[in-house]
Amino acid sequence: MLEINRLRAGYGEAEILKGISLTVKPGEIHGIMGPNGHGKSTMSKILIGHPAYAVTGGGVTFNGKNLLEMPPEKRALEGMFLAYQYPVEIPGVNNAEFLRMAYNEKRKHEKLEPVDPLDFDELLNAKMKFLGMDSRFKERAVNEGFSGGEKKKNEILQMALLEPKVAILDEIDSGLDIDALKVVAEGVNKLAGPGNSLMIITHYPRILQYIKPHHVHVLIRGKIVRSGGMDLAEELETTGYDSYLKEK
Amino acid sequence: MADTDKKQDISELTKREYKYGFTTDIEADVLPKGLNEQTIRAIWAKKNEPEYMLEFRLKAYRQWLTMKHPTWAHLQIDPIDFQDISYYSAPKKKEKLQSIDEVPPEILHTFEKLGIPLMEQKRLSNVAVDAVFDSVSVATTHQKKLAKQGIIFCSISEALHTHPDLVKKYLGSVVPITDNFYAALNSAVFSDGSFVYIPPDTKCPMELSTYFRINTEETGQFERTLIICDKNSSVSYIEGCTAPAFDTRQLHAAIVELVALDNADIKYSTVQNWFAGDPESGKGGIYNFVVKRGKCQGANSKISWTQIETGSAITWKYPSCVLIGDNSQGEFYSVALTTGHQQADTGTKMIHIGKNTRSVVISKGISADVASNAYRGLVRVASVAEGARNYTQCDSMLVGDKCSAHTFPYIDVGNENAQVEHEASTSKISEEQLLYFQQRGIGKEEAIRTILNGFCKDVFNQLPMEFAVEAQKLLALKLEHSVG
Repeated sequence: MLEINRLRAGYGEAEILKGISLTVKPGEIHGIMGPNGHGKSTMSKILIGHPAYAVTGGGVTFNGKNLLEMPPEKRALEGMFLAYQYPVEIPGVNNAEFLRMAYNEKRKHEKLEPVDPLDFDELLNAKMKFLGMDSRFKERAVNEGFSGGEKKKNEILQMALLEPKVAILDEIDSGLDIDALKVVAEGVNKLAGPGNSLMIITHYPRILQYIKPHHVHVLIRGKIVRSGGMDLAEELETTGYDSYLKEK
Repeated sequence: MADTDKKQDISELTKREYKYGFTTDIEADVLPKGLNEQTIRAIWAKKNEPEYMLEFRLKAYRQWLTMKHPTWAHLQIDPIDFQDISYYSAPKKKEKLQSIDEVPPEILHTFEKLGIPLMEQKRLSNVAVDAVFDSVSVATTHQKKLAKQGIIFCSISEALHTHPDLVKKYLGSVVPITDNFYAALNSAVFSDGSFVYIPPDTKCPMELSTYFRINTEETGQFERTLIICDKNSSVSYIEGCTAPAFDTRQLHAAIVELVALDNADIKYSTVQNWFAGDPESGKGGIYNFVVKRGKCQGANSKISWTQIETGSAITWKYPSCVLIGDNSQGEFYSVALTTGHQQADTGTKMIHIGKNTRSVVISKGISADVASNAYRGLVRVASVAEGARNYTQCDSMLVGDKCSAHTFPYIDVGNENAQVEHEASTSKISEEQLLYFQQRGIGKEEAIRTILNGFCKDVFNQLPMEFAVEAQKLLALKLEHSVG
């Protein structure tokens, strides 16, 4: 579904990703682990097409298409989703309207009729209930004044609505207390299925106890230095990244 | 010769060639360039006005001679040679474009995307037929219908003949001829404009609009509008300036005077999209220097200004309210957008004189590219204005990092019981916000539109429905190339 092939990329003059290869198949859950500042978030930004980051080598294929040639919205419509580490606040724009707009763009892409506000409201209520979210989320501006946990839930709500093929969850556990984490993880697990894949980007192994990955990769200095299964995550829990950082 | 002059109102600024400008209709009523007492007399004579108007005009002119061009605005204005302007250039027939190719492509593009009503489409794409005259007849249709209720809606020249007493009583009563440099100039040379009178106990049954008429008078740079709303009456008036100017830089120095008597309610809305000049070089475009003022003369009267200012090279105006009657209310809702090389210095004045007078000011300034956008507002509470209240909210949005936004609030409170509140904020449309939309499958254009609509919601809500839609589209169009 997603094939990353010797991807090199950076920000300004600095090259951050130094040749990453990774294949994500339908139904798979991948954990991308590593210390901060080694390229985890850069990888997610490259995949969604952040304009400030530039690809300097390699390629990415998504559903057989060249992902890097698509503008950001096209990537999203093709099924690439990023649950932000720091969701962006958009003052003045109603959250429910924003969600409906995104949902209808997807419908349009699938050549389906747009959903009117009333029908959408029903759909939204169902999804929010499923995630244990308060209905006042609908009335507020997108992410404005949301707590850390509320923002993360709002990201997962969007994921639930848009049903992406590949969802990247960037530090989805940061800023969440244990109860909120359980709710979010439960929501994510319900959304995982044979047809879609997850990439869980995380510094700490904790989240991987709740969302069990099939594959775990360690990203150090812009390269995947080791791949393995759940046992690798457990190993990191005790050893940390020090041994990887010392190597050169 | 005369026709060429007409096209070169400020010829110093007129660098762009108007190749086909001189080919039509040389016999149009155009006075030679220059301004002196002879000019004033000639305008007065051509319009066949009553004797007192000559006095009015000459007095204004003599006053103007003693005045200096104001310099306090936060604007870069190229010097204007007032002797290099023709002051009477209302052609009988609108000059026809020779072909659609003469309409600047960006304007064509804008209108295509606007999907404006058929009437307008007809007018714009009407390159050979004088559809402009059609729009005049539309106004006349309204006239007859309105006259049944005693509502007078006509040109001010017509009103000078048909309702001389009303005009004499109110013309210059809100904006005195000595008020300021451009008020004096306009009073001396104004050529036409509209006149509205709503009799007592009458709710005007339809929106009145200058939309069409302005197109008839493509050269009407010195317009004069006078609206009088008598006791217990109400009117909603719309000024649509979505007509693009095909010409080079022009001076548009209008005066609008509103008078609200007891319990009267006037709502005046403007959607201004004059030609803004070349976005790259800044050449051309309209100097939109307008004096708009309303007098809440009667008790419980209300005047509400709503303006969406998107066009013009320079916008310089302060639609204001003088709250004389007890319990009277003034409102000002404004969205001012500047892109390219556009500049705006706009805002309002709320003068509280009567008891328990209230005013609300909501201003949204959006600035992009290398444009400059200033809010300037005065709230004055006279010592006798017991219980006066004002609320001002002034928000700026910056798009990109080469533009600027400025706020100049003046608060002058002479009564210690007055409540005056002022809130201000500045924000930016960020790349991250747009990317967030895009990541959810929503294109950049739609994202900008949505963010701006959110920002301007409080003002758009004040506009009649179809104008709100138009205003939203206008903003999105104008900003399309400015973000990202």
